[in-house]
Order: sequence, then C-alpha cells, then structure tokens
Amino acid sequence: MSRRLGFWTGFFVLLMMLFSIVIVRRFTGGLGAVSNLNDEMPWGLWIGFDLLSGVALAAGGFTITAIVYLLHLERYRPIVRPALLTAFLGYLMVIAALLVDLGRPWNIWHPLIFWNPHSVMFEVGWCVMLYTTVLFLEFLPLVFERFRIHRALLFWSRYLTPPLVIAGVLLSTLHQSSLGTLYVIVPEKLHPLWYSPILPLLFFVSAIALGLAMTNVESFLSLRAFGKRLEPEILRGLGRATAVTLLLYLTLRFEDLYVRGVLGQAFVLDTASIFFLLEVGLGAILPMAMLFTRQVRRRPLALLGAQLLVVLGLIFQRMNVAVTAFQLGTGASYTPDWQEFVVSIGLVAIGFAAFALAVRLLPVFPEGPVRHPEPTDPFSALAP
Amino acid sequence: MSVYAILFDQTLCVGCRACEEACQQENHQPPHQAEGLDAESLTWVEDLGDENYARHLCMHCENPTCASVCPVAALQKSPLGPVTWSAERCIGCRYCMLACPFHVPRYQWNSPNPELRKCQMCAHRLAQGRPTACAEACPTGATTFGRRRTLLREGRNRIESDPETYLETIYGRQEAGGTSVLMLLGRTCGTAHLPANVPPYDLPRLTWGVLEKLPLIIPVWGVFLGGVYWLTQRREAVARAEGAEKGEQQ
Ligand code: SF4
Ligand code: SF4
Ligand code: SF4
Repeated sequence: MSRRLGFWTGFFVLLMMLFSIVIVRRFTGGLGAVSNLNDEMPWGLWIGFDLLSGVALAAGGFTITAIVYLLHLERYRPIVRPALLTAFLGYLMVIAALLVDLGRPWNIWHPLIFWNPHSVMFEVGWCVMLYTTVLFLEFLPLVFERFRIHRALLFWSRYLTPPLVIAGVLLSTLHQSSLGTLYVIVPEKLHPLWYSPILPLLFFVSAIALGLAMTNVESFLSLRAFGKRLEPEILRGLGRATAVTLLLYLTLRFEDLYVRGVLGQAFVLDTASIFFLLEVGLGAILPMAMLFTRQVRRRPLALLGAQLLVVLGLIFQRMNVAVTAFQLGTGASYTPDWQEFVVSIGLVAIGFAAFALAVRLLPVFPEGPVRHPEPTDPFSALAP
Repeated sequence: MSVYAILFDQTLCVGCRACEEACQQENHQPPHQAEGLDAESLTWVEDLGDENYARHLCMHCENPTCASVCPVAALQKSPLGPVTWSAERCIGCRYCMLACPFHVPRYQWNSPNPELRKCQMCAHRLAQGRPTACAEACPTGATTFGRRRTLLREGRNRIESDPETYLETIYGRQEAGGTSVLMLLGRTCGTAHLPANVPPYDLPRLTWGVLEKLPLIIPVWGVFLGGVYWLTQRREAVARAEGAEKGEQQ
C-alpha cells in the first residue's frame, strides 16, 4: 500500500490545507483577496466551472433515473445508484461553490422570501434547492437498505420513487436549460459564436450528453478503483446514447449559427474561431465520431478516451460561454487567480473523497458496500 | 414612463467636476477626483480632450436589466425614476453587473461584507421633492433635473435650434428601451466614450420570453413524463404476464 497511497494522501492533505487558507482569506479580505474578478468581469472560473459545468456534470443523476424508471430499461439499473450519488454530491459541491462565490452568502436563502419571477437566477436558485432535496430523497433508500429498514424501503420504491424521478427530471430540465438562459439577456456582451437565443436548448441537450459521458467515465473509474464488475454492454449502451445526443447537440449548434448568419465567423481562424473549432471539433465532433464507431465502443480504453473528450469538451463549452465569449464581447480582462483554482480543485477533491467514503458505508454498488478496496485504489487514500 | 429624469448636455459641460464633488458629499464618501466609475465614485466626468467632457453614471433605465435579473429584487425601479439597491436583500451574485448594458454597477471587491454601488439618482432627495445633488451643484446647466417629458421636449428644442452643435438623437430616449438619464451629445465629442452595442430595445424581454413559457411547459412535460412511465410500465407488466402464461402452458 505503498507509495501511491502515500502520494495521494499527501496531495489531498496539502490541497485541503491550501483550500482552508484560501477560504479564510476569502471571508476576511473579500473576493478581491483571492480572485481576479473585477467590475468588468464579475463572473469567472467559479461560475463557468463550478456552477455551469458542475450542474451539467451532475446531469447523469436525472438522465439515468429517467432511463431506468421512466423508460424501464432495466439493464441500466446497476448504475442508478452511483449516478445518483454523483449527482447528489455534485449539487452539494455546487452549493458550496456558491457560498464562496456569492458576495453575501449568508443571504443565500433570500430567494425563498424575496421573489422576482422575472429573474432567471431566481428560477435557477429555486430549482437547485428543490432538486437537491429530491436527490436527497431519492438517495435515502440506500440508507434504509443499509440499516435494514425494510418497510420504509418498500414504501419508498413503490410509492415515492416514481413521482420523485418525474419531479427530478422536470426540475433538471428547467434549470439545466436555465443556466443557458442566464446569458440570453446579454446579446451585446457575448461573442456571436456563443450567444444564441437557443442557449437554453443547447445547454439542456449538452447536459444530457455530459451526464451520460460522466456516468460512463465514473463507471470506469469505479471499476478500477473499487474492483467492480459492470456489464460491458452497459458502457457501450451509454456510449451509443452519448453519440446520438451529441449529434443532436451539434445539429442544433450549427443550425443556430447558420440561421443567425455567423457560421462564416467560425472559420476565419481568429481567437474566437480557434476556441470554437477546438471546442466543437475536439470536444464534440471527434468524440462523437469515435462513439459511433463500433471498434471504439468495444475497446474499454478507447471508449473511456472518447467519453473523457466529451466531458472536457463540454466543460470547455461552458467555460467559453462564461469567460472567453464574454471577454471577446466586452474586452474585459481576467485570468483566474491561483487561489480560484485551489477552490475549484479543492471542491472536486472533497467530492471525490465523499464519494469514496459513501461507497464504503452504503450499498451504492450492486454487491453492497465496498469492503476491501484494491491496493492500487487512489481513492482509498482519501477516506479516513 | 418614469416621472423624473436627469438631462446632461455635453456641450455645456466645462469639466469643473462640481457634480462629482456634490455626489461624493451626498453619499458620504471621502472627496477625491474620480478616475472612472468605482465603488467610491458613482459619477465620473471623463475628459475627452479638446475641452470636451462626458459624464458617466447609472442611466436609470425605464425597464432596468439589472432589476430584471436580480434574483431577490434587491434592485428596483421606482415610478419616480430612480433604480435603487437594497443592502438587506442583496446576496452578492453580481448578475446585475454582468447584465447591465451600460456597464454601471460596481462592487466592493475587498470587503467581507460587500455592497453593490451605483448612482441611486439621489432617491432620498427625490422623495423630499428636491433635485439630485449633481444637478443642483452644476454651475452651467449642463446637468439639469426635471420631469422626463419636459426634459425630452427641452432636448429636442436644443437639437433643432442648433443642429450644427448637437448629434440628432437624444441618448437615452431609445437606448435599452429608454432611460431616466438623457444625454445631448456634441458633434465634436465623438461617441467612443459610450458603451458599445447598447440595443435599442429593453433587454428583460429576452429572458422573459423564455421564462413566461415555463408555466405552460411544466404541466405538459410533467404529463408526458408520467405518461411515458405508465406506458412503459404497462408494457413490461404485459410482457411479464405473457411470459407467465407461456410458462404455464409448457
Ligand atoms: S444603467 Fe444599468 S445599473 Fe443603471 S438602471 Fe440601467 S441596467 Fe440598471
Ligand atoms: S448582486 Fe445583489 S443586487 Fe445584484 S443581482 Fe445579485 S442580489 Fe441583485
Ligand atoms: S443623482 Fe445623486 S447619486 Fe447620482 S450622480 Fe447625481 S449626485 Fe450622484
């Protein structure tokens, strides 16, 4: 157990120390002490990565529950719980990030009492709050099962799970798309390759692709880290679904550029065009082509590579909307401070650690709680 | 349409900064020469060179983007004209800064209890029936305060009587759907100091166009999802029943 564990433990401990320092600085010196945000660039890495990408990365929760409980594709049942756990932790991390990013976080509950139905942010706030509650309720049966409370478990799966799943899909549809709507009100500030009146639709469809890809990646990681067996057919199926969703996304994306008459700008090879081509080419078209190829889907590592590209590509897309397109549109200057990265990476690490802890305490995987993690497990180092 | 407005006539401004000074005093800020809008400078007189000046301040939009995006309605438009901010409500999300088409709201980046700062059109003075501090202080009549309707007429008269001096439009009549700060622009001043690409319509309609459809979409989508659940479940149940029958027959 070895050096590798030592390395990861050390990394995690060091990261958490830095993270705590940055958090203290944040709450004593204000946002300016830890970030390069400024009056022209009020939203940066935390909104682009932790909020926009974080919520989309957690989309596997509603996608997989919909596939299993609404479409009754039973084959995918073994990955429902890991996907739910990821989503639940994902949303908790998003809320944690908001507590850091909001200037007056002690007022975070204010949308409950001060209403503004004209505000997209108001709607997102309510949806995130409600959906996190739904995720918690969807997740509870694992606790019941762990402590053998059979009655509650039975009651839950018979009467509560279906309405909860439907509510979850509804709420997710709303706020996944609304994160795109946030930017519909700044047509004059976003570069035309990213501004679109159909941003909500683009965000929703790409969130599904991202959720599927993330579930796929995460299944691989769990497979390796916790020595779990998953039917390869499940992973291939996810790959096919991701490919189709990406095709839908790309069709919408290019149609939209064409209709708005800015398709030409995509190929002039200026900064915007290069970012766009990288995002769409490497982050969507290439992995889509790979996922449509049977040989790729049959090779676990190639499949993992393709899905990783999807994940990175769509995170890049969110970052481009939040940072690149906004800078190109307004001329604002901003490069994230190292402390901003510490917060973002720190939250991801906390999420991973919580995941590793949860799979040990609760029956997340079909075989029950993980008892003897593989010695090469990088995550075991993260849990106490 | 709001009742009151500020009219700034660029051609009359001599750059004395009396408005800056009055504003800082009115808002209990240490006196200083502004170098742009910031948390301590709610208005700024920009020197454009060649004896040309431009005032910067919140435009107090008729249909303010900032108020529309604020999740807790911390920013509100008063029918009198001012768009004001409430410290009790604000959560510090800075969406207003992102969305304002005139790039106005400023933030106290280095405070653990930050405030959003922008010109409040001296709302407390208006409530007492007094003009804004900047208008009262202006010695040349470049900044005046009055009823929006009257000021629009006044502006049009000045432009028509001297088309050589003025650009032909009143800035703020149409911009972002109209504002409570109106500006007469001098031909020699250029427009480089004005924010780029301000649309001639109010922006909140863009997101409202999406949001207002939600009450229609939610029930339909909900019924659809419920229907899918019921249908596929039945299909499964039927398949299971058929399977059982076959089993019996064998
Ligand atoms: S100029 Fe900006 S801050 Fe002022 S009212 Fe209009 S949208 Fe709000
Ligand atoms: S920063 Fe404050 S005033 Fe501005 S939108 Fe957010 S809550 Fe509203
Ligand atoms: S209206 Fe009041 S707050 Fe606004 S610039 Fe004039 S003096 Fe300052």
